[in-house]
Amino acid sequence: MLLCDFLRHELHAFAVHVGCEHGVCGACTILIEGRAVRSCTQYAAQADGADIVTAEGLAPPGTLNEVQRAFMKHHALQCGFCTPGILCSVAHFLRQTPEPDERRVREMLSGHICRCTGYTSIVTAILEAAAMMRKGS
Amino acid sequence: MKPVAFDYYRPQTLSEALELLADKGDEAVILAGGMTLGPMLNLRIVRPRAVIDISRIEALQTISVTGSVVVTGAGLTQSEALSSEIIAREVPLLAMALPWVGHFQTRNRGTLGGSVAHADPSAEIPLALVACGGTVVLQSRWGQRRIGARQFFVGALVTQRRPDEMIMALEWPRSAPDAGHAFSEIAQRHGDFAIAAAACTVRLAKPDRVEQLVVGIGGVEDRPVAIDVSSFLGQAPGEMAAKLSEYAAASVSPMDDRSASAAYRTALTKVLVERAVNSALSIARLQRGRLQ
Repeated sequence: MLLCDFLRHELHAFAVHVGCEHGVCGACTILIEGRAVRSCTQYAAQADGADIVTAEGLAPPGTLNEVQRAFMKHHALQCGFCTPGILCSVAHFLRQTPEPDERRVREMLSGHICRCTGYTSIVTAILEAAAMMRKGS
Repeated sequence: MKPVAFDYYRPQTLSEALELLADKGDEAVILAGGMTLGPMLNLRIVRPRAVIDISRIEALQTISVTGSVVVTGAGLTQSEALSSEIIAREVPLLAMALPWVGHFQTRNRGTLGGSVAHADPSAEIPLALVACGGTVVLQSRWGQRRIGARQFFVGALVTQRRPDEMIMALEWPRSAPDAGHAFSEIAQRHGDFAIAAAACTVRLAKPDRVEQLVVGIGGVEDRPVAIDVSSFLGQAPGEMAAKLSEYAAASVSPMDDRSASAAYRTALTKVLVERAVNSALSIARLQRGRLQ
C-alpha cells in the first residue's frame, strides 16, 4: 500500500492529497523525520517507526502557523489542492534556509505544480513568512 | 496507479541484502530512495515479484575520503551529498551537478546509487561520475567488481550490473586544488530531465597552457559520454571554448526522440559545452591566482 493511501484511508489524514501518483506534482508531500518527501512513491511498510507530520500537524488544532497566515493574507491558494504539500515543503525549507531569496524559493517550488495561482502570490507569502519568523525568533 | 502486488523485504545489513539478491536475482528489484523506481512501480512499467528495500542499511549511507578518492555509499541521499562539505571541497563537479537533480523534495529521498543504477541517459549524477572518471563498486554474495563509470553505462537504462549484484559505493577522484569545474544544462523546466547537459574540468599548467581537460555530455547520446579531447591538451586556452564546442557538437551521435530532435541536441551540445568550458576556465584561472 502506498504511504499516501495509508495516511488517507487508514489514518484519515485527508490533507494528504493525491495527484499524479508518480512523484511529479508534489500534492502528497509530507514530512518524514522532518524532511519534505513525496508520500506516493513510497510504501506504508517503508515508513514503519518513522516520525511523520502531515499538513494537519503543522500548527496546533484550530490555529494557523506563520506560513499559513501569510498564504491567507496573500491569496496564495485558490482551489487548495496543492497547498498542503507546499506547506509541508515550506516547513522543511525554511528550517534549512531561514533567509531565502526569491530564486531559492522558486527553486524549491519547482517541486510543486499549482494551476491556480501562477506562483507569484505563493512566493510573496513564503518570503513574508520567512521574514516574520526571523523577527519572531 | 498502484503497483502490482509484490513481496517486500527490508534487510538491515548488507549481507542480508546480498543473500536476498542471490536468492531472488531476476525477480527482484532494489529499492533505495524510490524516486525513479517508485513511479515505475506505480505506472507498472516494472512488475517485480520482490522488492528489496536497502534504505535502512546504514553502511550504505557514508561518505569517506580514502587516498585519492571520495567514497560515497550507494544509499547516500542527494540532499545529504549536496550539503556535504567533503563533496563541496573534494568533488566540486558533483556539488555543481546536484542542484540540477530533480527537486528539493525528491533530492531528500533520491540517492546517488539509485540514479547511477537506473542509468537514465540524461541524469546528472551519472554524467558527473563519467566526467570525473569515477568508479562503480558492485557487490554480490560471491565478490566485488569495480567498473570505471565510462564502461559501466552501456545504453539507455542498461548497465554492466548483473541481477545478483548491487551498487555498494561510488568512487569519485578528488579534484586537484587548481582545477576549474563547471556544469550546465537545458531542461524544459527546472528539475526536469535534461535535454542536454555538459560538464567540464580543466587545469592550467601555465596561464597559456591547458594541462588537464575533460568534457562530458549527458542527455545527447544513449548514455553519458566523455569526449576525446586529447588534441586540445597543451594548447592555449584563448579560443578553446569556441573550438571545443564545435568539436564536441561534431563528435556526438545525438538521439532523436519526442523531447528533442537530433539537430536540436547537437545545437545544445555546442552552446552548453561553450558555456561549461568558459566557466571552468575562469574558475581555473582564479584557482591558479589564489594558489600562487
